[in-house]
Amino acid sequence: MHKRRTILPLRTGLIFLAPASLFIAAFILLPFFWIAGVSFTNRSLTGVTAANPEFVGLKNYLKLFDLSSFLQPGQFGSSLVITGQFVFWSAIVGQAVLGLILAWFFYRRTGWVKESVQTLAIIAWIIPDVVVAFAWSAFLDYDGGTLNWLIGLFGGEKVDWLLGLPLLSIIIFNAWRGAAFSMLLFSSAFGSIPPSYLETADVVGAGAWQRLKDIILPLIRTHIVTDLILITLWTFNTFSPFLLTGGGPAFKTEVVSVLTYRVAFKYFDFGAGSAIGMVMMIINLAFALVYLSLLRRQEGTR
Amino acid sequence: MNVVRHVLGRVGFYVVSSLFAAIFALPLLWLVVAPFSTKANLSVSLPEQWSLSNFARVFANSFAVRALFQNSVIQAVGTMVLVTLLATLAAYALSRAPIRGRDTISYGLVLFSSIVTGTAAMVPIFLLIFRMGLIDTHLGVILVFTGGLLPAAVFIMRDFVDSIPRSYEESALVSGASHWGMFRDIALPIVRPGMMVVGVWTFVNVWGGFLVPFILLRSPGKMPASVAIYSFYTEGGTPIITLTTAYALLYTLPVLALYLFVNWKYGFRFFGGIKS
Amino acid sequence: MAKRITTLLTLLILGAFSSQAFSQSVSIVCRCVAGGVSSNQVAWMLEYVIPEFEKAHPGVTVTLNQFGGSDEALKQQYALDLSVGKGNDVMGFDGFWIPEFASGRLLKPLNQVAGSAVDSWEGWSHISEGIQNIMGYNGEIYGIANGTDVRMIFYRKDILEKAGVPNADNWQPVAWQDITDAASMVLAAFPDSAPLQINAGTSMGEATTLQGYYMLLLGTGEEPYMNGKWVVRSQGILDTLQFYREIYVDTKYGSQRVQLVKDGRDQSFANFRDGKTAMLVEGDWFYRSVTAPGSEYGVENRDEVMGWAKMPARIPGAAIRGQDFVSASGGTGWVLNPNSANPGLAWEVMEFMNSKAARDAYQKYQPGIAARDDVPVPNSPFLTQTASVLLPLTVSRPNNDDYAKVSEQIQLMTENVVSGQMTPRQAMDVYAGAVRGIVGADNTVDLLNGN
Repeated sequence: MHKRRTILPLRTGLIFLAPASLFIAAFILLPFFWIAGVSFTNRSLTGVTAANPEFVGLKNYLKLFDLSSFLQPGQFGSSLVITGQFVFWSAIVGQAVLGLILAWFFYRRTGWVKESVQTLAIIAWIIPDVVVAFAWSAFLDYDGGTLNWLIGLFGGEKVDWLLGLPLLSIIIFNAWRGAAFSMLLFSSAFGSIPPSYLETADVVGAGAWQRLKDIILPLIRTHIVTDLILITLWTFNTFSPFLLTGGGPAFKTEVVSVLTYRVAFKYFDFGAGSAIGMVMMIINLAFALVYLSLLRRQEGTR
Repeated sequence: MNVVRHVLGRVGFYVVSSLFAAIFALPLLWLVVAPFSTKANLSVSLPEQWSLSNFARVFANSFAVRALFQNSVIQAVGTMVLVTLLATLAAYALSRAPIRGRDTISYGLVLFSSIVTGTAAMVPIFLLIFRMGLIDTHLGVILVFTGGLLPAAVFIMRDFVDSIPRSYEESALVSGASHWGMFRDIALPIVRPGMMVVGVWTFVNVWGGFLVPFILLRSPGKMPASVAIYSFYTEGGTPIITLTTAYALLYTLPVLALYLFVNWKYGFRFFGGIKS
Repeated sequence: MAKRITTLLTLLILGAFSSQAFSQSVSIVCRCVAGGVSSNQVAWMLEYVIPEFEKAHPGVTVTLNQFGGSDEALKQQYALDLSVGKGNDVMGFDGFWIPEFASGRLLKPLNQVAGSAVDSWEGWSHISEGIQNIMGYNGEIYGIANGTDVRMIFYRKDILEKAGVPNADNWQPVAWQDITDAASMVLAAFPDSAPLQINAGTSMGEATTLQGYYMLLLGTGEEPYMNGKWVVRSQGILDTLQFYREIYVDTKYGSQRVQLVKDGRDQSFANFRDGKTAMLVEGDWFYRSVTAPGSEYGVENRDEVMGWAKMPARIPGAAIRGQDFVSASGGTGWVLNPNSANPGLAWEVMEFMNSKAARDAYQKYQPGIAARDDVPVPNSPFLTQTASVLLPLTVSRPNNDDYAKVSEQIQLMTENVVSGQMTPRQAMDVYAGAVRGIVGADNTVDLLNGN
């Protein structure tokens, strides 16, 4: 390995880093410390605790994990379970796998078909939240929605998506919405594989599935991990399911971001809302560390 | 035999592609059809009479029009420029300068930002912008969005920069270029596709963002389209289908146009890089 | 040199004073959009209030900030703005928000903001104490109410007649049984109908609590908040929930789906318009605004086919205060921002908005039950009738800053029963636990177990 010449000296590097750091310090770190601090108080926006907030120690946190009501609908525990399912199925299984399939299907192909399909996927991703939720409300509508109409065409019975299968509905919705990001990421990852590896596979006569499993996937492991980290974090905190189901019916789709909204903005209870935020932070951190340790392990075995 | 296989292969390709295309296009079909009918409902049906009257009514609402064609644009473009510039600088520094713990910084910031852009942080953001005297200003909105989107933008840009072979920059340095000159003349042009991706991604996020402008803006004359669309809702809080779909269509077109343009000119993909 | 400086200074100071005198402005904000929500109120403001006031006070500009979002969104903005000492001078406020804003010291009593001019206003003698208290808390008044409303059962005379309900032209149930009997007859005659609509579920928000739950609970002789305590378990709650279960789960008297869907309230209005629903419990606003000719849910030949009846107690005499019939009232109004730069001037605007002249003008844009007793409702027998019959019977919500949170639990409780997920007793127990957590167990009472 040849000696790496420093392209940028440390001081210049820090200067380059400075403007972004300023913004991040002001608009990310500062609010974070506010949240951390408030989570130990009973501060609210209206009511008596607005005029006189008090320090309450760990009370907000303990209330979140109060075992007697932990798994009741509308409580934190129930929301965690829902969010966990939501993240697993819509991000890890849905977005990542769908993105992988799309990237793999169009790998080394060019032409208008590939461009069109990829563009459609990306359109689904960049349309504003409000608009997409609106379109899906119509798509999933029991009486007039397109999906039920299609099901009817194939001889099936109408399904009450938003009321009867709300969690499934938001899972499908979110997978559909975000698949493009994974698709793009994996596409580029595939593109960075030197052709020589695949030529070897051709020579050996390996089938497509074997090629994927034994050669390509291992090569792009870091990309897979990066993708999973990003989409897991983003999906854990996404608010768009609220626009589709409002967290209902009866809290069945209240993912943690919606619960936070209800606590912090409907009830104006900042102490509790901040505590939820901090706990989510810790959970997200745990996930990130798990993913990163997977990364380290791979790099070690190279 | 080979010909048959080849033909089947092609047919299969088209069939599967159509399936994928249908998956992504079907839910959006309604949006393209509903605005043009005066009796819109939730099903996809060709209107008996194609009419532009919904659009006429939307345009009659001057606040909503201004929101879309002026305020959203100002906020989205402003943030886009700021984020792209700052993220490129920062990503370059993290990639090329011996900054300790740069991986931890990258991941750590993305972690922080994903929580802090949620609802829990809206109140401290409000208080902060209030102290800065920037409530009800476009600048306030732009600054907050910039701060929130920078970590992920830096993350994305860094992958682009990392994939550039150092040889170009090293030779530039050897031939006596200054650090800033090397950055400006060699590195920037190469990472331009990455900047485009980050630019579009930023634009999309701001264009569709509701919470931040809702918290920070007060005058109806400054609201962006993401907030103004709610003025087409009924008193009970449900959308008036005819008007909301028309506005939604108008609201969507600019992001579409931007993406198509960038894709056509620069290609929209991650890790552009040069084959080494 | 000194002379020049003095002249300059004098001019500057004079300029500053004069610009003060000329740049007096007052801003009003409400949830109202021209051509959209509460457009009548906007029209009244822009065509009458602002021009007239500016004419009488030259040099003053009054602006109207039209807020187009939801009520909840407006409340959030109010809370944020007031907490940092900002906000428009005159704010459109829902009465039941006042307790939490007042106890949080975000609002101050009117006479503390604008001084003695408030106490000497002539309007107070024309507004009953009950209506004054809509905008009150803990004995202080924080604003002036726009008016109030009453709630009743609206019914389709034509549908009831076709179903064979006796006295369809002047239908007046005297017990809950009469309502279900009528529903059963309508369902028999029209199998596809959803005869009865009593709001339930969280989607309808406060409309569930006030038009739905209250109207039933009052008929059992109870209120959610009695004698300084929140009632968390009681026979009245059980009876109410049991009734909900009967109409939405055990029978098809009401449409279960409509209570659970996001736009259920709009759907229920459409059902009434189309004759699919024959009986619907709502406020007078339903008559004067929702079903008015020309509006989206306007009923054809409304005055021939639509009637109203008093909401009965569970059985005669079982309602609160021993009444046979019940009603519930809410109200919105205007408050004065304690952070206003011109509180005296802002008060004058509010005073003007609530003067007899302005209120008479308002009735032309949006007739309703006015706060002032010297403002008659022009040309609306419906409103005068309902007001005189129902106002004496009515109950309003408690002036308690936990009300909004408890109301949410009430909505949730009805949703749990109406969706069939829980039995009335289970739903009530969940409610009890939640409310104890919100207000503290010391502020609750369990009427079933006597603690």
